[in-house]
Amino acid sequence: MSVAELQRLTRRSGRVRTPQATPDNKAALAFLGPWVLGALVLTLGPILASLYLAFTDYNLLQNANWVGLANFERMLTDTRLHQSLVVTFTYVLVGVPGQLAVALGLALLLDRGLRGRALYRSAFYLPSLLGASVAIAVLWRLVFGGTGLVNAMLGLVGIHTTTSWIGSPDTALGTIILLHIWTFGSPMVIFLAGLRQIPVELYEAAATDGAGPWRRFLAITLPLLTPIIFFNLVLATINSFSSFTQAFIVSGGTGGPSDSLLFYTLYLYQEGFSSFRMGYASALAWLLVLIIGVFTAINFWLSKYWVHYEN
Amino acid sequence: MRYRSAATAGTSSPSATPGRADGRQVRLTLRRAGKHALLILGVVTTLYPVLWMLVSSLRPDGQIFGNPSLLLTTFHTENYAYGWTALGRPFSVYLFNSALVVIGSIIGNLVSCSMAAYAFARLRFRFQRPAFAYMLVSIMLPVHVVIVPQYILWAQAGLVNSFWPLIVPKLLATDAFFIFLMIQFIRGLPKELDEAARIDGAGHARIFFQIILPLMKPALATTAIFTFIWTWNDFFSQLIYLTDPEQYTVPIALRSFIDAQSSSSFGGMFAMSVVAIVPLVLAFALGQKYLVQGIATTGLK
Repeated sequence: MSVAELQRLTRRSGRVRTPQATPDNKAALAFLGPWVLGALVLTLGPILASLYLAFTDYNLLQNANWVGLANFERMLTDTRLHQSLVVTFTYVLVGVPGQLAVALGLALLLDRGLRGRALYRSAFYLPSLLGASVAIAVLWRLVFGGTGLVNAMLGLVGIHTTTSWIGSPDTALGTIILLHIWTFGSPMVIFLAGLRQIPVELYEAAATDGAGPWRRFLAITLPLLTPIIFFNLVLATINSFSSFTQAFIVSGGTGGPSDSLLFYTLYLYQEGFSSFRMGYASALAWLLVLIIGVFTAINFWLSKYWVHYEN
Repeated sequence: MRYRSAATAGTSSPSATPGRADGRQVRLTLRRAGKHALLILGVVTTLYPVLWMLVSSLRPDGQIFGNPSLLLTTFHTENYAYGWTALGRPFSVYLFNSALVVIGSIIGNLVSCSMAAYAFARLRFRFQRPAFAYMLVSIMLPVHVVIVPQYILWAQAGLVNSFWPLIVPKLLATDAFFIFLMIQFIRGLPKELDEAARIDGAGHARIFFQIILPLMKPALATTAIFTFIWTWNDFFSQLIYLTDPEQYTVPIALRSFIDAQSSSSFGGMFAMSVVAIVPLVLAFALGQKYLVQGIATTGLK
């Protein structure tokens, strides 16, 4: 959902006291009962508990002791945390734009008049569906392994190597970024929907004025598409920070080699559910919220300079 | 899509000089052919790893590696026979467990989210505005913030290593995204329908079940199919809550392949990975319309 949509929706829901409406409090309670229970017990309660635990040394076995800011002080000197931040930022800053560029490029190629367009779209979308699964992460291990598909193909062109791409700290993260880019199908579908919103008359008018295809792309398609690009960017950035499965499977849960696949959430998992430092894991979770919040804020702030809104 | 490349823009604008149109026609055809060639290359590149997995799973175990081709000379199913039983329990156990979690989650999301959505979209009640705002915020909330306290909660209830921690949250509408999706859908339905029913003396229960629910089938289908895919692929929470091999779901079982296998028996792991993605491909084939609608309108993944 876009920001404008969000605002519109909150505004609409805020119109509670319309004169003709008698409140439906009882009915609302019946319909919202499950949600209210879930919100209190499974989200709001845990949010507050997590906030508290972030200031304790809780480890599941002993009672939580208040340790003040110790968890946050530890973050400053925790080299594995710093490594996980480097890994995750690299993944987000390379993978997200890379994926969106591929998605946009293919969406532009899939012209409406093109024969077989639906078939292409389905084929390109399929990896998005599969990409998050353990099965594909398993496949990635075998594709980029020492005797895997990639090295076999390199062998065909005369480059003989058995160095594992996922076993080397220099290339392991690259394979996961590639996996992310590979799932370009869902932003592509969003781009296709956005392209359909651009009035065809604009192109006709521009063509009459003698604008060539490149000029039409720069003057019409790109500016009118910027809100969709922005929407995809915000969404993909938020999601990418939570990426977990692929790095876990490809590294066998370790984050290796040499912590080159130590994604943030993988580190959080190790701290919380392998070492049972749940207090520290809670603090890490809040740092993640903060990071995602800052990135989203930066995205919104930057959007002033490049996103074109029609008004 | 309204963006016109030179090719289609050319065909749509009537050409005045028939003599020149021939040369142009050839250029257009070439251009279109080039585009298709590019796209087909793209599709082959994109799907190559998946096809390679499928083909490799049907090769004898020793021939998987070092063989990048997609050609299958002989057809071997022993990887499937081997993989099915390699983990101590037949793979059907894990498929069944995954199916159980998926079905529970779908039912949970359909029932609880549609009810909540009806309340937000059609009812007027106290605290509506803060409740709605909280619902929206909870869409953005990373699961990592709540996972530790939720785990403690389930551990204290003695329900870790059961499917309850995976299903109950859906029954309580914690997947707020789907509430949002359904609210949008209900708001698009004409209010006159509700009002007519109300005049006929129908209460909210009847309006919901007899008018709104039947009309929101597309939103329900989108919810069901995305719940299916997300739950089938979910690894994080299943990894945390399911530690007893008897309770393993498909993703956790596949993961234990990696831990348990020596490099000599990748065939079985490949075969079971194929088994694991078959339901996804089927869901895709059957529910494509709702999938594409869901992504295009709301940015679901």
